[in-house]
Amino acid sequence: MAYEMSHDDALELDSPRFAKNIRKNALRMVHHANSSHIGSGLSMADILSVLYASILNLRPQEPNWAERDRLLVSKGHAAAMLYASLAERGFFPQEWLEKYCDYGSPLAGHITHCKVPGVETSSGSLGHGLSLACGMALAATADRATWRVFVILSDGECDEGSIWEAAMFAPFHNLTNLTAVIDYNKIQSFGNVVDVLNLEPFADKWRAFGWDVTEVDGHDHAALKYALAKNPTDRPRLILAHTIKGKGVSFMEGRLAWHYKSPNTEELAKALNEVEAS
Amino acid sequence: MRTAFINALVAEAEHDPNLWLLNGDLGFSVLEPFAEKYPGRYLNVGVAEQNMVGIAAGLALSGKNVFTYSIANFATLRCLEQIRNDVCYHRANVTIVGVGGGLSYGAQGYTHHAVEDISGMRMLPNMTVLCPGDPIEADWATRIFVRHKGPGYLRLGKAGEPTIHATLPHNLTIGKALRLIEGDTVTLISTSNMLETAMQTSALLAEKGISTGVVSMPSVKPLDSTFVAQEAQRVPLLCVLEEHVRNGGLAESIALHVTELDTARSKILSLCISEDISSGMVGNQMELRRLIGLDPASLVERITKRLAQLSA
Repeated sequence: MAYEMSHDDALELDSPRFAKNIRKNALRMVHHANSSHIGSGLSMADILSVLYASILNLRPQEPNWAERDRLLVSKGHAAAMLYASLAERGFFPQEWLEKYCDYGSPLAGHITHCKVPGVETSSGSLGHGLSLACGMALAATADRATWRVFVILSDGECDEGSIWEAAMFAPFHNLTNLTAVIDYNKIQSFGNVVDVLNLEPFADKWRAFGWDVTEVDGHDHAALKYALAKNPTDRPRLILAHTIKGKGVSFMEGRLAWHYKSPNTEELAKALNEVEAS
Repeated sequence: MRTAFINALVAEAEHDPNLWLLNGDLGFSVLEPFAEKYPGRYLNVGVAEQNMVGIAAGLALSGKNVFTYSIANFATLRCLEQIRNDVCYHRANVTIVGVGGGLSYGAQGYTHHAVEDISGMRMLPNMTVLCPGDPIEADWATRIFVRHKGPGYLRLGKAGEPTIHATLPHNLTIGKALRLIEGDTVTLISTSNMLETAMQTSALLAEKGISTGVVSMPSVKPLDSTFVAQEAQRVPLLCVLEEHVRNGGLAESIALHVTELDTARSKILSLCISEDISSGMVGNQMELRRLIGLDPASLVERITKRLAQLSA
């Protein structure tokens, strides 16, 4: 289906700058709200930045534009980083971020679609996003539409059986307009993935299920952009993004504690300095 | 009811190009007419109900009008959270169709007895619950769900239930009770596949000189609260018949409504399934009903006993 590109449909932004801004804003947000999951947000910040800065066809002033690409973030606990990305991309004012989790704020601690332009689906319970994405990809295929579907999964949520139901479904039904990105930061809620329920050989599992698998450094913008922009093949794409939990803040990197902790004032200042200096 | 459902859905699909039907590898000798006529909008997703509901929600959020179909427990309870989060939270245009409501699967055992499904669906936000009592109601409920925007649960029985209604009121809307027989002492309120039993029970009570009305209530949520309020002022005893456990069923919904009324005079008798159903009872639907006191003769006994207590 042909459509006219508006000037900002495929806006090319500076993704490293985008990533710095959203990291800083998300850090401020979790500090303000005294909320958890900053580590999970920091690990996917670069993935979100590349997607919003240079991959997704969107119209922030027309968030429900029918031909937009869909991005679903299935790891709903990393809400702050998604909200920061949407504000950075112009879906709503940056001031909204300052009231994250406040009484009456549109921005809840898990991804919520209700009053937030740009959020496709609510998440928070793991294992839902890939099936939703399959349904959307199926609809686009049936309608011969050109919009694409992207979904970001966490590694921990791949413990859920529903993920593997959808993993079987998408290749079988040739959903070539679907790209799943796994934020493989190797740490889940209660420990290291290898200790809780090892996912390896992870890439091979997806290959065996019929996906076109690409492994990338999930913090290398050029590599992410190359992988995400690659022309679709005859099968759905799975990008296994190797990431570091807490990436960008030295004292948070690879530390399970930052799945839960919120930075105090001193830690926030240190973290913001590190991100800006990086 | 299954036949009425699929015939209505096939007919509606001709007018609604966005109508889709998904199933979880169940529906043999039922769903084929749709699959053959609309192969591009029919999908057996495999034995994967969680995925089915997520896909249905994704389709619906992309403009499709989606029905999912499976045996009632698998269609509702197996994927309860997907229905809650993906369908109801997003107000997605998905109708969950559960076949084999209540004890329809009889001797197949408790895994196949859908006796908590109404409760599970009723509690969810934005959800409409329709439990037709005969093929005529099943036809109506299917067609109205095609036009209805938002989440729905359609609880079907099996095949071969007798037709009770001659016709339904023209332009019948969701949320209306349907009176079949007038009566002044007892009103039997039936939902889902208890309608035939309600009619038989009413006839037996009438033979005993007890004026007994019958009302079918396919719309469990929303409840016809106007009807309940009027009836609770009018008759001494409201009997609620349902092949469902007491918790979360129609009787509970009606009872709560009645307790909130200032003017109610009716007592309520819940005629439902006890949790003993999970203790390994074996029998066909009618045998199980006799065992738990939901056949016409047992119901007459239970109702007359209650009437005697009330007049004592």
